Amino acid sequence: MPKNLKQLSESEVRLTGGHRLCPGCGEPIAVRQVLMGTEDPVIVVSATGCTEVSTTIFPYTAWACPWLHIAFENAGAAVSGVEAMYKAKLARAAKGETLPDYIPADKPYKFVAFAGDGGTYDIGLQSLSGAAERRQQFLYVCLNNEAYMNTGVQRSSATPMGMNTTTSPAGSVLPGKTVHRKDLTEIMVAHEMPYVAQCGVSRWRDLVGCAEKAFAVDGPTFINCLTPCPLGWIHDSSKTVEIGQLASDCCIWPLYEVVDGKYKLNYRPKEKKPVDEYLKAQGRFRHLFKDESGAEMRRKMQEWVDYKWEQLLKKCAEE
Amino acid sequence: MPEIKPMEGNQAVAEAMRQINPDVVAAYPITPSTEVVQTFSSFVANGLVDTNYVAVESEHSAMSACTAAAVAGGRVMNATSSQGLALMWEILYITASLRAPVILTVVNRALSGNINIHCDHSDGMGARDCGWVQLYGENVQEGYDNLLQAVRIGEALDVRLPVMNCIDGFLVSHSYELLQVEDDAPVKDFVGPYQAVNPLLDISHPISIGPLDLWDYYFEHKRGQCDAYPPAKEAILAVGKEFGKTFGREYGLMEEFMLEDAELAVVALGSTAGVAKVAVESLREDGVKAGLLKLRAFRPFPAAEIAAALQGKKAIAVFDRAISFGAASGPLFSEVAAALYTAGQQIPALSVLYGLGGREITPEQISGVFRQLPEVASGGQPADPVLFLGVRE
Ligand SMILES: Cc1ncc(C[n+]2csc(CCOP(=O)(O)OP(=O)(O)O)c2C)c(N)n1
Repeated sequence: MPKNLKQLSESEVRLTGGHRLCPGCGEPIAVRQVLMGTEDPVIVVSATGCTEVSTTIFPYTAWACPWLHIAFENAGAAVSGVEAMYKAKLARAAKGETLPDYIPADKPYKFVAFAGDGGTYDIGLQSLSGAAERRQQFLYVCLNNEAYMNTGVQRSSATPMGMNTTTSPAGSVLPGKTVHRKDLTEIMVAHEMPYVAQCGVSRWRDLVGCAEKAFAVDGPTFINCLTPCPLGWIHDSSKTVEIGQLASDCCIWPLYEVVDGKYKLNYRPKEKKPVDEYLKAQGRFRHLFKDESGAEMRRKMQEWVDYKWEQLLKKCAEE
Repeated sequence: MPEIKPMEGNQAVAEAMRQINPDVVAAYPITPSTEVVQTFSSFVANGLVDTNYVAVESEHSAMSACTAAAVAGGRVMNATSSQGLALMWEILYITASLRAPVILTVVNRALSGNINIHCDHSDGMGARDCGWVQLYGENVQEGYDNLLQAVRIGEALDVRLPVMNCIDGFLVSHSYELLQVEDDAPVKDFVGPYQAVNPLLDISHPISIGPLDLWDYYFEHKRGQCDAYPPAKEAILAVGKEFGKTFGREYGLMEEFMLEDAELAVVALGSTAGVAKVAVESLREDGVKAGLLKLRAFRPFPAAEIAAALQGKKAIAVFDRAISFGAASGPLFSEVAAALYTAGQQIPALSVLYGLGGREITPEQISGVFRQLPEVASGGQPADPVLFLGVRE
């Protein structure tokens, strides 16, 4: 049952304040809401990236739950290693060995990996794919700000077409990134994971609810969460949630879930807004509003969004 | 009763793993270590172990999962070779830095390119600076014995380091030799239960492992890590002694073969030591005072002990089965020479590079090197102290 705000405000704080992420960063919003999805003990694994570096600058840590970081491209493997050890200890206990006293027998653990889009769509895809295929029990959350933000806004394969990044800069010849992003959520659906969802930070009930459902599954689950980045997307730090909402209102980032292969749209905007409205709100697309070639690219974006949205509606059996 | 039976090196390693019965194994196949993983998988499939076997999709993930599982709080093992070890390279440093006592059998094999599946030590030498303990075994028995000891060495509370159990690809991994397989019960007693230190799975004492560590603390942490290696040396000695008491085969940091009264000596790692013993014995019959220093522990490097063992020798040859490209000599030579220099010993020395990509090394070749040493001893040191042995020039 999705909790109300009052209940959520009373839930255990696992990522505390005092971390050093930018004001308005979408990542800690997503992390906190996801972690509100369970009351069970949680072990968190992070990939290298903004959240990892900003929450654990030695000798400080913002994590009130056990937390592990090994490297950039291995969150899938790392979370499966921790889970494997936990399961090994339980299995041995079931055979008569004593369970270590630091593992309470009556509280099943949950395992969550948080990784950026770089750590997920690109360099960490193999590790995630392997862990998903092995059917280990974990929730993997992609904190998707559509570029490598920790290293200074380089393009990733999650970067949308037209975005100005430091490795796909908008120049006099090239209009920012020239190709569409890959559809990672569908790639994870194709892994036939028991639960896959695409979420954002503007609808807490949706994100916490999806996390709850994911945590309830005994198997690998995946949430792709769009986390606006004021620095890289170039918007005011007070606009993070609004921009996130706009992404879903123009259907460039639909909110949906796939439970055992069955699609369900989790948010349908009353009125589908033009993509231009979303693009206009962010400095990363500013160059697309200067000339005819920019306008052409915006038309292409709209066409692509329309096409993907229609496909999704069909999959969700929506009219 | 311990049983003596013919076994290949890989089977012996898998057998030791069965007896150790680790909590987690995460592994990926590569020649010539594949059979370790295969044999162990069959133990899992047949319920002979309680291990949670994670069939990962790469060696990078294997070492990531092993490291994560170890810091979670339990005993973790794995095996690999060559490209597999190279792919793990990024994580190897992290395993050691997190003080995760993962035990990895490295079946030594040449590194690409060009691709070659046979023995040399390029893989192990490439990983020499990553913070792992490295033991090199000469034969099947040592591959088995070293693995049992590796658990105790790595898990010692003042050590807490990952350990590589290195054996030579094909030469040991695929050679049948008579192995003394100890009984399960004494092995289990010898390795003992796993003692967790700050396990990640301790939910009531949450800790953050692997934080961002900048100019203000990183150096102290690296310096602190250095303090683990002298105890590791002590642990190798203590565990080797206890192993001798328990099973009758004692081990140290090195083995000295006819070395004490030798005037000329060879230093070598791995199965080549066995070949060198044949050469030394036949030279002794000819009245040549030859001896061998077989190094077992390459990391931590027993510099002072090596210098002491070689003291007074007239000339030595250090055998390297790996090239450190662009360096003045082989990697083992460099470290032995540094050890001697630091100890104030000026022994004329040859750096011998041999056996790359599985090229055979014979007792005759080693005897040939010994026969060059008197000239080296009498000041006839060649301008280039690096000798390529057994290569077509
Ligand atoms: C193997 C490796 N390659 C590159 C890097 C450098 N690096 C660190 S974080 C990062 C980008 C992270 O981007 P993303 O995963 O999207 O997360 P974000 O910082 O945006 O949250 C890169 C390229 C690294 N640490 N390791």
